[in-house]
Amino acid sequence: MIEVESLTKRYGRATAVDGISFRVEKGEILGFLGPNGAGKTTTMRILTCYLPPTEGTARVAGHDVFAQPMEVKKRVGYLPETPPLYPDMSVREYLEFCARIKSVPGSERKARVADAIERCRVGDVRDTLIAKLSKGYRQRVGLAQAILHNPDVLILDEPTAGLDPKQIIETRELIRSLAGSHTVILSTHILPEVSMTCGRVVIINKGRVVAEDTPDNLTRRLKGAGTIRVEARGDDAGILEAVRAVPGVLAAHPRGGHDGAVIVDVEAEAGRDVRAELARAVVSKGHSLLGLQQMGMSLEEIFLHLTTTDAAESAPAA
Amino acid sequence: MTALRNVAAIVGKEWRHYFGSPIAWVALFVWTLLFGIFFYFAFTFFLEQSMRVAQQGMEYGGGMKLSINEYLIRPLFHNMAVVALFVAPMLTMRLFAEEKRQGTMELLATSPVSDLQVVMGKFLAAAGLYALMILAGLVNVAGVWIYASSPPEWRPVLTGALGIFLLGCCFLAMGTFVSTLTKNQIVAGILSFCLFLGMWTLGWADDPMGGAVSKVVAYLGVTTHLEDLVKGVVDLKDLVFYLSVVTFGLFLAHQSVESQRWRA
Repeated sequence: MIEVESLTKRYGRATAVDGISFRVEKGEILGFLGPNGAGKTTTMRILTCYLPPTEGTARVAGHDVFAQPMEVKKRVGYLPETPPLYPDMSVREYLEFCARIKSVPGSERKARVADAIERCRVGDVRDTLIAKLSKGYRQRVGLAQAILHNPDVLILDEPTAGLDPKQIIETRELIRSLAGSHTVILSTHILPEVSMTCGRVVIINKGRVVAEDTPDNLTRRLKGAGTIRVEARGDDAGILEAVRAVPGVLAAHPRGGHDGAVIVDVEAEAGRDVRAELARAVVSKGHSLLGLQQMGMSLEEIFLHLTTTDAAESAPAA
Repeated sequence: MTALRNVAAIVGKEWRHYFGSPIAWVALFVWTLLFGIFFYFAFTFFLEQSMRVAQQGMEYGGGMKLSINEYLIRPLFHNMAVVALFVAPMLTMRLFAEEKRQGTMELLATSPVSDLQVVMGKFLAAAGLYALMILAGLVNVAGVWIYASSPPEWRPVLTGALGIFLLGCCFLAMGTFVSTLTKNQIVAGILSFCLFLGMWTLGWADDPMGGAVSKVVAYLGVTTHLEDLVKGVVDLKDLVFYLSVVTFGLFLAHQSVESQRWRA
């Protein structure tokens, strides 16, 4: 449904999006994850034909965003980061205007507006001026605008930002209910949201895709790269040395100890289980092994791990 | 067909903004008030002049009638042209500036409407409101037909109204363009007014003794082309001039809206 190939966007000298590629199949919900300034909004703006790409291609629903923008626009519903609302219009007036410019046929207009109002639960404010609405209602009116013309593809830039917890749950349910008939891309930096709503995650950082998988697979795949806590009795330096000598170990950090026991957190290479070797190494050097524990990596840690490794590596130099 | 529908949707939205805010009402109020005041002054002047002429006629014989068109309607249209200079920025300053400030440009740009349709819709909405203002003002003139002993010629009234409409459209098209340049309505309003004033003063370069340059500059002035129309003479070159300025303004607005996305 959406095919993005080595998409690049430069603003003058700054590169916002740097050759990213990914695909989204029909009916899928794709989570777009990344820190602020990673290029999420820019990518979404290119997919909605708001910005032209500098290089690369993007096809939405079989149409190129650059060559056939009108065809793409007809098939895409877009909720920008700040909902694009006219404060001097009532909710109904606003949605009727949106229906007109999104070429919803006149005969269907009333029904589509009523449907969007109902699905986004803005029925009780339908005749209120948008200027008087709270942030949560504005966000939902923005969402109503995006689903109004029943588009094949929905692109939602932080759809739950500024909502209270109850509204967040309702919005997630709404988005999940759209999957199947619609293809959805949503960006967020709230991680639980991704594991709750998305079938697949693309993590981007500094304009590049750093990981792409299902939330479960990501957690599993990176588990090996998680930390292993080794608890042993012996001399500190000896234990550290033994642990560091094990192939596949990237780093070992002493974490203090108690009652003569030493605790060391070991970082291992991704996808490599080093627990057995660790145990052997500790014991063969004459220390007693008291405990060996896999510290699982939550999605938060994966995210931080993937998006901050560069910063951590270059930090000591500064 | 869809193009027309899209333009109509934009026009409807703009009218909703105009009449949902004080803008349209203030513009209509100021325009009709000034139209009435100028009509009153021109009418008083016309009565005094008629009286004097009638007296002279009685004393010396061979009395003549003053033309209502010449003494009442023509100066009225000239005055209203000046008012148009002040009212036009009010109508155009928010057209694009407000969309950019509110972030709603993103809605228009990602909907299946072309930039040109948006520009046309906004310009036509402003021109429509302006036409309504002119019609409201002409109610004053209609009174003349009811009460004058011999009614004035209607043709110069229509061509004069057409003249100030076209003059205003030049301002509105240029103002639409200026509004695309900034997020700030006030800045757009002030810049537009300066631009309109410049377009106006070009006409002052007309100097019978001047050379080709002054003639060309004067030809580009927006008021130069109003003279004939107010007198009731429809000259194709005046119409072509006005329509060219309108087209040029809308062209600039369209280019500006499009290029901003490329530079963004």
